[in-house]
Order: sequence, then structure tokens, then C-alpha cells
Amino acid sequence: MVYLDANATQPLRPRSRDAIIAALAEAGNPSSVHGPGRQARRMLEDARETIARCFGSRPQDVIFTSGGTEADATAIHALRGQRRVLISAIEHDAVRAAASGVAVLPVDRSGRADLDALADCLADGVPTLVCLMLANNETGVIQPVAEAATICRRHRALLHVDAIQAAGRMPVHLAQLGAHSLAISSHKLGGPAGAGALLLSDDAPFAEPLLAGGGQERGRRGGTPPVAVIAGFAAAALDALADDLARVGALRDAAETAAEKAGGVVCGDRVHRLPNTTCLALPDVAAATQVMALDLERIAVSAGAACSSGKVQASHVLAAMGLGALAGQAIRVSLPWNTTQADIDAFIAGYARMAGRLHPALVTAGMQA
Amino acid sequence: MRIVVAMSGGVDSSVVAGLLHEAGHEVIGVTLQLYDHGAAAARKGACCAGQDIYDARRVADTLGIPHYVIDAEKRFAAAVIADFADAYASGETPVPCIRCNETVKFSDLTALARDLGAERLATGHYVRRIDGPGGPELHRASDPARDQSWFLFATTRAQLALCAFPLGDMPDKRQVRGIAHRLGLDVAEKPDSQDICFVPSGAYTDVVAKLRPDALLAGDIVAADGQVVGSHDGIARYTVGQGKRLGSAAMIGGQRQVVIATDPGRRRVIVGPRESGTRDIQLRQVNWLIEAPGEAIRCAVKLRAHEPPRSATVNSAEGTTIVQLDQPALPAPGQACVFYQGDRILGGGVITRSAARSVSNSLTTPAP
Repeated sequence: MVYLDANATQPLRPRSRDAIIAALAEAGNPSSVHGPGRQARRMLEDARETIARCFGSRPQDVIFTSGGTEADATAIHALRGQRRVLISAIEHDAVRAAASGVAVLPVDRSGRADLDALADCLADGVPTLVCLMLANNETGVIQPVAEAATICRRHRALLHVDAIQAAGRMPVHLAQLGAHSLAISSHKLGGPAGAGALLLSDDAPFAEPLLAGGGQERGRRGGTPPVAVIAGFAAAALDALADDLARVGALRDAAETAAEKAGGVVCGDRVHRLPNTTCLALPDVAAATQVMALDLERIAVSAGAACSSGKVQASHVLAAMGLGALAGQAIRVSLPWNTTQADIDAFIAGYARMAGRLHPALVTAGMQA
Repeated sequence: MRIVVAMSGGVDSSVVAGLLHEAGHEVIGVTLQLYDHGAAAARKGACCAGQDIYDARRVADTLGIPHYVIDAEKRFAAAVIADFADAYASGETPVPCIRCNETVKFSDLTALARDLGAERLATGHYVRRIDGPGGPELHRASDPARDQSWFLFATTRAQLALCAFPLGDMPDKRQVRGIAHRLGLDVAEKPDSQDICFVPSGAYTDVVAKLRPDALLAGDIVAADGQVVGSHDGIARYTVGQGKRLGSAAMIGGQRQVVIATDPGRRRVIVGPRESGTRDIQLRQVNWLIEAPGEAIRCAVKLRAHEPPRSATVNSAEGTTIVQLDQPALPAPGQACVFYQGDRILGGGVITRSAARSVSNSLTTPAP
């Protein structure tokens, strides 16, 4: 199987697996006062320091959660208070669901948030929490978050950044971005599923936890933390810093160029983009059909947002970009950290076969172009 | 052979997938999501997919075959559910399963099968495909109790060429369940699906009421001469041939009455003795599974899913198809009239309201 669905989940990094296995050998609850408890606490705090260092916050401002969805939900719940919530049109469902009934910030055709609209919206002085993702999960398009943070701070608004897809695929530094909070997920960067983190700036408010429970995480997230999973998360984050992103980008570009020759159309900004992601539309061919046809070629890609039934729905991200019918005809190809040239060769061949069968006219046109 | 199997999550299509997989074919399971199950069951937060899609996935997991869910919600809502309500509002009695087979199921899945490079689309329908000298033919199932051929008359010849119906030769359902047990499928004892899939509560009028409340407005029940003989609570509750729900109009002059027509414009239900009827039926949306005949043909026709065939002559000329029954009957507009020759399905069409014209004309404009 050629796995090109990193934005859904990444293969586990060997260093992460080693860290998990080592931590699983210990039997302590980090809240306990005895020796095993102290040992567990030490592993947890080591992981916290690693995550803080990797993503630009202080250790005491790192809250471990069950994953990215909970990190986003916690941020919105804790930072919102009496504030109005404004989210971009391309936010992930984790943000959309947590911030129900809110104003929406439009994006342009390239998939980048409209900062003029943001400034206009904040000009009324109403206290606001803005949610803007760092990189989009479907297109990989990187958002102008630092600029947005400047605008937000000028208007005394708060900014929460969903960096779940960005982490591990580009430098992510909360303090440098100037935002108030940042959500990260372990499995999106090659750690195990089951852990995530919400990082806060040193001036971020925190009204109340989503889950109070036993007061863990300095009272900001109840529940015994899964120490082994979190140890694997930290090891993966550290390992990801050493990734050769230029290598991944070159492989992505090769795949993309070949797909365009076969009739594919790249959706979104190609400059401000994660190196591992491309969103490829094949005009007049339903995205679901493309995903199935490639799966039968043993190539794993995805389309839109799959709901729990597995049905593929038209992408709200691409629709917000004004792509019309193409929104239902685009697949997401996202390269994991361990993608090989052989994987890309197989994708190129499989994509050409698929396009040739589903859309012979496009292939002919592409060849002539 | 690469074969797409339409899997509903029920025992029949699960067994089809299992048998074809066992025979060594490359089986691809596909389930159409036709409606939002959570919304249909009026359970807030319930998954849109519901138990049937879950069951289909688990069967595919058990067999070790790929399985995909296709979103056909929007088109099903427009082509089947809205049409269902509109038909009732216009005084017809629709058959949503035929409409779905015609507009969603077979069109989507045969197209998908081709797109995926499959050589066959297999379904769990009880009907037989027999390859004759003139190409593939559609025949009744071996088990008359299970035969679903009436619901499949609208399958086009191009679609039929791609279709396989492995259960058409099964002697009975018990054998199908036996195979499911042998294959270790959890759905082996799952009850047969009932009624209309998008009406889980069984009250089809709830669906009609939501989309076409006008079809459930009260009105008069009138006799053949136009005289008001009772009242009704919505023409959507009545179908031609029905003897129930007539209240005081059920018996007139010592004769049991049935619905012989509806008049949606005046919100009237028209009753008459069961013996009244028509010989001529005009059809629309006619589909032929043989070369469209240039002349009248003698055959048997079935006017309802569960009713014995009747002898008739089918005249098809210049886009108009008229069926002449040997004996008068009470065909219900919106239902199908399917043509048979022995076990073979020749074609069929949808019964139009003008079928009842000979009756209703004399009713709505009483002779001076």
C-alpha cells in the first residue's frame, strides 16, 4: 500500500514507538506522591518541556489533552468568556463544532484568509476571540497567522491557532506568531493517537476548563494523563524537527506535476503551502470515485471530510474558496514523513491510469498541452 | 472478475457479496447513503448513516473486501422523497422503490461500477438475468414469494447488461440465511426490511405531511354521480381500490364501495362499487427490456406488486403506450403496470391518472 494520507494520520515514528514502550514499562500515576508517581510525573514533565520548546511556549503553559479536537475545544471554551467568536471559513470541524453560531471570516480563491475583512470586523471594538488555523488540512495552504495576530492585538482581540496540520511540517512557534493559544495533535506529526496539547501565551486568559475532573494539568484539564502516549508525542515532535522538508516538498512537487499532466488541477495557493500536501481536482469526476479508484490501485488518499459513515461530502474548504463544482471533485494527497521515491512513482502511475479511465478527454488534452 | 456489490446491510446483499467473494471474484462492496438516518428517526445527534450502513461495513470486514459508502442523499431527497410526496398530492400512489431503482440505485451504481473498472454490478434482488439470443433478459425469481421483478421493470437494457442477480435462483429465503450462517455473517438472522426505507416509523403520511401538507387537507368523499357521501382527512390517505377509511361512504345502497378515483384539484375522493373499473390504462415513463415492439402485443400485466397477472394487449405507438385489459380493473395511478410473457419481463410503465378518465369524467361532469 502506498500511504499518502498523512493529514489523516501519520505512520508512527520509530523514536516515538521506543519512547512509548519504555514509558509503558513504568506503572505510576503522575499525581501520586510515591516513587512510581514521581517517576511518571518526571516523564510527563519532560514531555511537557519538550513540547514547550518545540512550539514556542513556557512549560507551565502547555496543557495536555486527548488530541487536537479537545485542544481546540478547550481553547474556545476557556478563552471565549463573553467574547464574540470569529472563525475563518476553512477551519476544521473541531473548531467549527466547538464555536457554534459564530461569524465567519472569508478566504480568497487561493485559500488564504482575508485580513482586510478581519480588520473590518474587529473595528467595532466588540471583544472577540478569533480562530485561524496555521495550515489547512485539505489544501495545505498556510494562513497569514502572524499578521492576523498583529491585527487582533491591535484590536485587543484574542487569537486561537489550530496548528494541528502545521506542526511537524513547518516551523511552529506560538510566541513568534503572537497568538494567544495553539492546538497540536500527536498523531498528525508521527506520534501515537490519543494525545494533543493546547499551548497558551503568557498573557492568555483561561476562564474555566472543559473537563475539571481531578484538577490535573494545573486545574485546566481533569483526568489522568496517558503518560506513555504523551512521551511518544514528545519524542515524535522532537524527531519531526529533523525532517528533511525539502525532500518531502520535492516529492510532492513531482507527484503534483505528473498529476497535472494527467488532467489534475491544483487547488489553492502553491507558494504559502505545507511541503507535504497537494489538493488535486479532476474535473467532472466525483472525489469519492477517485478515492475508491486509487484505493483499488492500493494508493491511500482522501477527499473532503469523511464523516463516521465513511461517505465523502463536498468540501466546505474548497466551497469557501469559490471553487464551485471542483469542490466535490478534489482529492487530498498528503505525504507522510517517510514517503519514498517509489511511493511517488506508484502514485504517478496509478493516478494516470485512474484519470485515463475516468476522464480520457482530459488526459489527451493534458498530453497535448 | 471485478464485481461491485450493492450492499444494503441486509442479509440478501451480504450473501451476494459473500458468495461472489467465495467464488474467487474481486468483490467491492458499495452502500448508498440515501437519507439522513438520524433525521429520519428524529433522533438528534444520531449518526446520519444508521445501523444498515454499519452492518454492511461489518459484513465487508468479515469477508475481507473493500467497502465504500456513497453519498446519494441530495438526489434521493429530490428524485425519490420529494417525488413521493408530490405524487400523493397529485392523487397518485407512488412506488418509491421503483423510482429509487430507476433514478438513483441502478444509474449511480452501474456508472460507479464502470468507473471502477468492474465487469458486473451484483445486487441482492430476487430476480433472474438470463442471457438469451437477443441479449440479457430479465426473468422472475425462482421463488415466487420473493420475486422482485415488478420493482425492476425500469432497469434499462444497458444497465441490465452489467447486472448480476445471484439470488434469483434461490429456492427460498431460508437457504439464503443458511448461507449467511455458513459464511459467518452477523446479519444471518436480521429481519427483512419492511415498507419504505425512509419512513422508519411506518407512517408514510408523516413524510407527506412535512413536504406536501396540502395532500392531507380534509375534503369530500363523493359518489359516482357527484353526490357527497362522506368526508376524508387527506387524499394522500387513499388509493384506488381501497375499501378502508371510507366511514359512512363504505356502503351505499347496500353495495360495498371502494375508491375508484381521486380528484386532487377539488380534494375529492370518488367512490363506487368494486365492480366499476376500466379496461384502458395509459402509461408514462415506459421502459422496454425487449426491442420496443412496433405493433400490439399480447401479454400478462401486473398492476400491483402483490396481485396476480391479468391478460392484456399493449399498444405502443408514437411515444404513447396504452394497455387494454381483457377484464376491467381498478389500476391506481402512480403504480406500475409491468408486462410479462411467462416468467420474462418485457417492460412496463407508470400508470397515469388519465387511466381513470373514463370513470372520473362521468363523475366530475355529471351527465345532464
